[in-house]
Amino acid sequence: MARYTLQRFVYMIITLFIIATLTFFLMKLLPGSPLQNQEKLTPEQKALILKEYGLDKPVPVQYIQYLGNLLKGDLGVSFQYDNRPVAELISDRIGPSAQLGFQAIVFGTIVGLILGIVAAIRHNHWEDYTATVIAVLGASIPSFVLGGFLQYFIAVKLQWLPVAFWEGFKYTILPTLALSVGVIASIARFMRTEMLEVLSSDYILTARAKGISQAGVIIKHAIRNSLIPVITILGPMTVNLMTGTLVIEKLFAVPGLGEQFVRSIELNDYPVIMGTTLFYSALLILAVFIVDVLYGVVDPRIRLAGGKK
Amino acid sequence: MVEKILQVNDLHISFDIHAGEVQAVRGVTFDLYKGETLAIVGESGSGKSVTSKALMRLLPTPPSRIKQGEILFEGKDLTKLSEKDMQSIRGAKISMIFQDPMTSLNPTMTIGKQIMEAILKHQKLSKDEARKRAIELLQLVGIKNAELRMKQYPHQFSGGMRQRVVIAIALACNPKILIADEPTTALDVTIQAQILELMKDIQKKLGMSIIFITHDLGVVANMADRVAVMYAGKIVEIGTVDEIFYNPKHPYTWGLLASMPSLDHKDTELYSIPGSPPDLLNPPKGDAFAPRNPYALKIDYELEPPMFQVSDTHYAATWLLHEMAPKVEPPAVVRERMKRFADIVARKGGKPRG
Repeated sequence: MARYTLQRFVYMIITLFIIATLTFFLMKLLPGSPLQNQEKLTPEQKALILKEYGLDKPVPVQYIQYLGNLLKGDLGVSFQYDNRPVAELISDRIGPSAQLGFQAIVFGTIVGLILGIVAAIRHNHWEDYTATVIAVLGASIPSFVLGGFLQYFIAVKLQWLPVAFWEGFKYTILPTLALSVGVIASIARFMRTEMLEVLSSDYILTARAKGISQAGVIIKHAIRNSLIPVITILGPMTVNLMTGTLVIEKLFAVPGLGEQFVRSIELNDYPVIMGTTLFYSALLILAVFIVDVLYGVVDPRIRLAGGKK
Repeated sequence: MVEKILQVNDLHISFDIHAGEVQAVRGVTFDLYKGETLAIVGESGSGKSVTSKALMRLLPTPPSRIKQGEILFEGKDLTKLSEKDMQSIRGAKISMIFQDPMTSLNPTMTIGKQIMEAILKHQKLSKDEARKRAIELLQLVGIKNAELRMKQYPHQFSGGMRQRVVIAIALACNPKILIADEPTTALDVTIQAQILELMKDIQKKLGMSIIFITHDLGVVANMADRVAVMYAGKIVEIGTVDEIFYNPKHPYTWGLLASMPSLDHKDTELYSIPGSPPDLLNPPKGDAFAPRNPYALKIDYELEPPMFQVSDTHYAATWLLHEMAPKVEPPAVVRERMKRFADIVARKGGKPRG
């Protein structure tokens, strides 16, 4: 297991390095500069500022400098937020984003699993059809469209919940819902397919032949085995959720990382863009790693193949 | 007379599908005696597996349903029991083992847990006692290092070893009846022989009755006391293993015997019964085997033959046994085989078994 983890860690560093490089050069290809909106500044002042931040040097030199700082763990300072370190900006904003993401994935997974399991057990009954319709709708409606609908009907029309902002748990409900619908849809769809397959497998018949009740068979044998492929999609799902939060945070005026990220792109705030991208990437790789480990916990065959030593 | 442990009377099972009603089992009647092995043989789709699953009420309903008939066991009609009552019989009094040991064990549960699950369901034992019992069972089915093996998962076992585990699970509560649905079909020949030996051995020790579903007549000769031959959802011939092998009466049984491969004969080509089994969505009028039967009489296309009695234990459903039917001898290849079976018996100086 230790060797497996170490191997994973090395891959993670390589991946991060590639992402950092790609983002850096992509950013340099973007039109505009951090100073494009500062009409009051004279060209001399602008040149001074660029020199101050090292933006006057050739791109390869900037790249080497950037990597050097990165190795020291220095993500640089922001252009827009009074020279505050990027790391500090991220840690200030991570709270709401993490909370939203966490709530959405937990809620989405639970509801999705229940829908999928019910659909499979009641295969070809109305419960199954209902769950399928929910899954198809959830998968095809983008979270920001749903977010708008929720704001209009539940917050504006019915006035049950606040439209936007971040002032307590009540404010998290609508964005969480908007975010979790995609999760519900994919989990339900996967779980249903898997459960159906597992329920028709021979070992379920063996379990029933032992005299185990229908409920016992489902809880002890079917659900655990259906979870294996579902766990695999949790990785990519986290990506969806992360990109989803960018838009949802903007839509619901949540002071999260995504909202800050979108603004930094609009303002060409290079260090914040870079820092946030790397942060997201690291999170993502971590999520995939956790999924891999979980996979081994649920399926003994993988435990043996992947991490015997 | 030996005690009857199970009686199946006129069992009809149908599957309701979009196209209509598939009559998979169309009136099956047989008795199972205490301590005996009854083999049910037939082609794919003859209804042998459906019959065996119906005994355990393991068929999904819908689409399947028991249309009529009864399954009498310990004074109860199993077709009328509630699901809950059935659960207390399954695995405790009637157990079943399946064809493919590679898929019939849960891949994410240890062997020990899978055996203990059956024990704990039916017996009031503590976990420790159940574990001890599970280890005993593993030793009974010939698995070494039982204690260590308990903690392992199915993928750490070979096919033959897995089938032993499946048998251990089935034996967990000392069942009265063991239904084996082609238990050796998925195994290679040497392992097959070991598993069959094991089953005979255990039957001797525990004295249960076995219903052995197979399409392999070689296995039948080796295992069974009595044989029921099924065709198109009916039993067409039933008798002791000697009667079926030395004195078969039904043309379908002749066909099965003729198409049995064997090492000690000189035929260059293996016989096969022409045609294919009928569509049970619309079963034909008369004898379902008639279109494939070179000895079919006119009446076979009109009226289904009843069971004619050949001896106390031997019955066959063919009009050829009617007193007005022309006398027909089995085909040469079958006669030759009947003779050879008899020779083998003579050589061994006893029954051609084990």
